[in-house]
Amino acid sequence: MNHLLRRQGWVAGLFALLIALFIITKLIQPGYGSGDFGSLARAVLPYAFAVAAQTVVVIAGGIDLSVAAMMALTSVTAASMMNGASEEYALFVVPFVLAMGFVLGAVNGILIVVTRVPDIVVTLATLFVLQGAALLVLDAPGGAVAEWLKGLISGTVPIPGLPDAIDAWLPKALLVLIICLCIIWIPLRRSKLGLSIYAIGSSELAAFRSGVPVARTRIIAYALSGLFAAFGGLALTMSTGIGAPIPGPYLLASVAAVVLGGVALGGGKGGLLGPIVAVFVLRLVRTDLTLLAIDPNVTAIIEGAIMVAVVMFGAFITMRSRQS
Amino acid sequence: MSNAATISKPVPIGRRVKRFMADRPLIPLIILLVILVVILQILRPGIVNERWIANTIKFAIPLAILAGCQTMTMLTGGIDLSVGTVATMSAFIMATQVVNQDPAVAFLLAMMPAVLIGLVNGIGVGVFRVHPLIMTLGTSLIGTGCLQVYQRTVIASGAKIPDFLAWLGTGVTYGFPNALLLFVPLAALIVFTLARTGFGRLLYAVGDNERATRLSGVQYWQVITVLYVISSVLAGITGLLYIGLIKAPSLSLAEPLVLPSVAAAVIGGTSIFGGRGGYTGTIIGALILTVLTTLLTILQMPEGARRILFGLIVLFVTAAYLRIVEER
Repeated sequence: MNHLLRRQGWVAGLFALLIALFIITKLIQPGYGSGDFGSLARAVLPYAFAVAAQTVVVIAGGIDLSVAAMMALTSVTAASMMNGASEEYALFVVPFVLAMGFVLGAVNGILIVVTRVPDIVVTLATLFVLQGAALLVLDAPGGAVAEWLKGLISGTVPIPGLPDAIDAWLPKALLVLIICLCIIWIPLRRSKLGLSIYAIGSSELAAFRSGVPVARTRIIAYALSGLFAAFGGLALTMSTGIGAPIPGPYLLASVAAVVLGGVALGGGKGGLLGPIVAVFVLRLVRTDLTLLAIDPNVTAIIEGAIMVAVVMFGAFITMRSRQS
Repeated sequence: MSNAATISKPVPIGRRVKRFMADRPLIPLIILLVILVVILQILRPGIVNERWIANTIKFAIPLAILAGCQTMTMLTGGIDLSVGTVATMSAFIMATQVVNQDPAVAFLLAMMPAVLIGLVNGIGVGVFRVHPLIMTLGTSLIGTGCLQVYQRTVIASGAKIPDFLAWLGTGVTYGFPNALLLFVPLAALIVFTLARTGFGRLLYAVGDNERATRLSGVQYWQVITVLYVISSVLAGITGLLYIGLIKAPSLSLAEPLVLPSVAAAVIGGTSIFGGRGGYTGTIIGALILTVLTTLLTILQMPEGARRILFGLIVLFVTAAYLRIVEER
């Protein structure tokens, strides 16, 4: 119980940090309003899905290095399939790409279980493979996206009975994020499968002896990771309108946000809310740096340094807890 | 017993072949290299001549040095993904600084980021215990950012390739590439360090059983820090050699060498889990990959297919080695 309180305390602390950052943003840029918040939500979308993908695997005691490459592959697949196709065709593309992510993620898991090669090596190899596959689908940024998909994440949610002033602070992108994550995460968390994922992350041997199907649970954890990464790839295509075969900086960002979100890199601890709030924190820091009129390249350096520092801090904490 | 196995193909078909491969990983590798060259000769009769061999060696050397970084870090159970960025940085800084500076000063300036990134990597991995993959990926992102900022400051001054580096990178004397002048001593030094010095043994020891090494009084973080600095410096030197070979400074110069360097070390028999392997195998691994790249180019295989192949090679070879170890 005490532990639960401490974990919620971590998430609460993150929320406080986020609010503090919003206040700082408002101080830097008094004009920071609902429109900017909407673009923040849109920018967060692919990162948030990447983080969700990483979180599931880390909780199960593993790590997935192929997240960014998976996003690149699903993004170019979606963009090239929708290129020149009708609006209705996208209705078929979306589930297809999501299924593809799920299956490729499961392949990751199966390779880990069958070859018994450590997850970090297997996902490094699939990182190469998926990157190559993305280049085969599209060798340069291109493709197109259906208009209704673009519309899905731009603008705000009109809720009848609510004044426009509040309404403006509810960007559609945020709603899409919350719905997509909740539909998968909440039932998972409450199911036996979710418990199994936490169990194998906490102690594989203990889980095995208590009758948890370790191999199957691990495969499903990676499959879910692939599914979230596919969501991320779609989000990427939706927000840019094209697909790019070169993966963005999502791998490091996802690991950093997972650590900052209070999920132990050893596995078995934490939830999804913390990492998602952490993504908002990391993105907002970037926004602030941009608002301070710092050279975007310098911003990239500072951002990278922050992420490395966060990961270092997380590793340090893990080391300490192991010693005690 | 091993003679009988030499004749059979380097495919793990039986226990004896497996054991043989585990004991002497070099011989099947050389056989594989020869097979690849023969296939090349069959596909394009007459391609294998003196010039082709010199060319292959020229392109294999930068890869082999970077793969040396991977070999040494992998021996401790790590990996260094920042080598591409470090090589690019040193090459780019060299090419732009040599315009206004003395070559020696430019060289020192070029090696500075290499030492710095190596130091940060080493401290992150050795002291803070970040996974080497994440750590080196992070520093490579930061390095790329720094390089972009730096590029803006020198955009007006232009760049040039020092004659010496061009001579070293592309020159051929009596049929031997000049780059061998740099590579042979370097390779000998790495092989000697790994096999005959205390530092080399520490690397194997740390990779084999970190806890035991620490309990026997080894300062883990010192070993790791020195290792990553060496790895980075080697990557920096590679960058200088590579700019002499490619002759076009860009911000993603050595990036395409990163994945093959990992693959070369893995093919060469270095275990990605640490504790086992050596540099000689890695050199042959680099040669195999260079010939394989030529082969894939002749077959007109796109870049994507090449990456897929490299990924599959890493996975397959690692899984195969794991089986061999378990068999014992």
